Amino acid sequence: MPIRRILIANRGEIALRVLRTCKRLGIETVLAASEADLGSLPAKLADRTLCIGPAPSSESYLKPDTIVQAALGASCDAIHPGYGFLSERTALARMCEDEGVIFIGPTAAQIEAVGDKLRARAEAVAAEVPVAPGGAAASLEDAVAMGREIGAPLLVKAVGGGGGRGMKRVDDLADLPQALAMASAEAGAAFGDERVYLERFVARGRHVEVQVLGDGAGRVIHLGERDCSVQRRYQKLIEETPAPGLSDDFRAAIREAGVRYAQRLDYRGAGTVEFLVDMDRGAFYFLEMNARIQVEHPVTEQVTGVDLVAEQIAIAAGGGLRLSQDDVRIQGASIECRINAEDPAHDFMPSPGTVREARWPSGEGIRVDTHIASGSRVPPYYDSLMAKIIAHGRDRAEALARLRKAIAESHIEGVKTNLGFHAEVLADPEFAAGGMDTGYLPRFFERKAAALQEA
Amino acid sequence: MSLTAKDVGEIIRLLEQSSFDELELESGDIKLSLRRGEGGVAPAPSRQRAKPAEVATVPASEPKTAQPTAGTSDPTARDVPSPLLGIFYRAPKPGEAAFIEVGAQVEEDTVIGIIEVMKLMNSVRAGVKGEVTEILAPNAALVEYGETLIRVRPAG
Repeated sequence: MPIRRILIANRGEIALRVLRTCKRLGIETVLAASEADLGSLPAKLADRTLCIGPAPSSESYLKPDTIVQAALGASCDAIHPGYGFLSERTALARMCEDEGVIFIGPTAAQIEAVGDKLRARAEAVAAEVPVAPGGAAASLEDAVAMGREIGAPLLVKAVGGGGGRGMKRVDDLADLPQALAMASAEAGAAFGDERVYLERFVARGRHVEVQVLGDGAGRVIHLGERDCSVQRRYQKLIEETPAPGLSDDFRAAIREAGVRYAQRLDYRGAGTVEFLVDMDRGAFYFLEMNARIQVEHPVTEQVTGVDLVAEQIAIAAGGGLRLSQDDVRIQGASIECRINAEDPAHDFMPSPGTVREARWPSGEGIRVDTHIASGSRVPPYYDSLMAKIIAHGRDRAEALARLRKAIAESHIEGVKTNLGFHAEVLADPEFAAGGMDTGYLPRFFERKAAALQEA
Repeated sequence: MSLTAKDVGEIIRLLEQSSFDELELESGDIKLSLRRGEGGVAPAPSRQRAKPAEVATVPASEPKTAQPTAGTSDPTARDVPSPLLGIFYRAPKPGEAAFIEVGAQVEEDTVIGIIEVMKLMNSVRAGVKGEVTEILAPNAALVEYGETLIRVRPAG
């Protein structure tokens, strides 16, 4: 079924990103916007903008019934959910299935399968994808026995958690019973699901994820991997592809594992299979699957030349996979910085407001995905992502040099940003060497604090 | 220059017969803007529901009462905004009389219409006491959050 008109159920840079591909493909766009976003760039550029509710997301972007009603009322064939908000809520996907509106994403059943972390882990085992030692325990005795087997330190994870939420680290097995009780109670309160499971804690780990595309009938290809180890409190700040410093065999193995996992689910659309690379053991373990387009998808697009949103739309329209694995060529390297409206000097506190002036970089190998121009507003109701600055080069060194220059050329007035922080990280020799673990940023901040004290 | 209600009516008729969708007239301290239906992507009625609505359904065949927006027709009248995005219905059931017509007296809690959001019917109340001067939202069409449904001249 051809898709002629798409409802974009999101905001900010991703709404604009989806809109651009739609324009290129000659697809009409209807933007579902909250009252706070009616003056935004995506709202100005969409063919039609519908105000779906007041600013708080719980009364606008998070209402599946309103989104589907807007799509039906505006005669849209399909809904693109972007990332966040309703992108991984089964309610929206299911309602679309019931109403005959195309959901540009996986099936509701697939979202459900990967949303339950224990189920997702079981699927990994079934697909012969390595998982970290651990699992669910039927009783406290079982848990203690399993804890002994895994060894300390270990993690107690919430089944309904993910993305770093709902985890507890246990350093001494004697504390395990208490940690289990606490984690379970917290998980019940936070996710409405008290179930927890145990997993080995990886002291030095890298976050490496595989981008996949599936046709929904068992055919899956990968578009390489991304390294997202530069994180602050599980918030990714810099992402890149290819992941630096992996051996050819290791890289091939992790990509194949990502494909096997998605094949196991007959996955439909674009998705990401996340792995934790255990640097000390030279192993990798399945973490979770993200059933949506990712914030960091542009680095993959830069090195492959594939428009992932266009592929999402083609698959959703029933066209299947237009690419074979051999069609995917990875050329050079790409690095992305997430520019947030936040204040690094005050613990990265969000800094909403009106952007008096916005100057974004341009030039060879530079791409900027942003909805922010001079005069744009960063409302306080949503996340603080203002832009993604993406550099592509023949190799990592060239991409890095271009990115440094691009960050230096960027200039924002009116709100605080983390541009300065990015400049410092990109100038750091450890970052330049590549292949850091997720402990890199905490160490970077410690070093900085120590240097300040000495000065 | 001053405009009488008759003048405005005449201008509306001219606009209706013309090929234009919008008209803006500015003269001295008078500003009149008229718009036909909705602009941009052509508005489309709600798709046929698979199941009848739970509370009430209003046939889409009922003639649409799309009226031109006459923003300055009564400066004392107050806009009654839609509390939700959904399909606006003027009557409780197919074939029944509309909740209100122009000239009706409404209280704050008078129901002026229904907004359907995925088969769930939500009553919309006037929120202001007075006389209905205009009904802007067409029947059985999509209205946005905050869109003016009707205008009411407050009593007193």
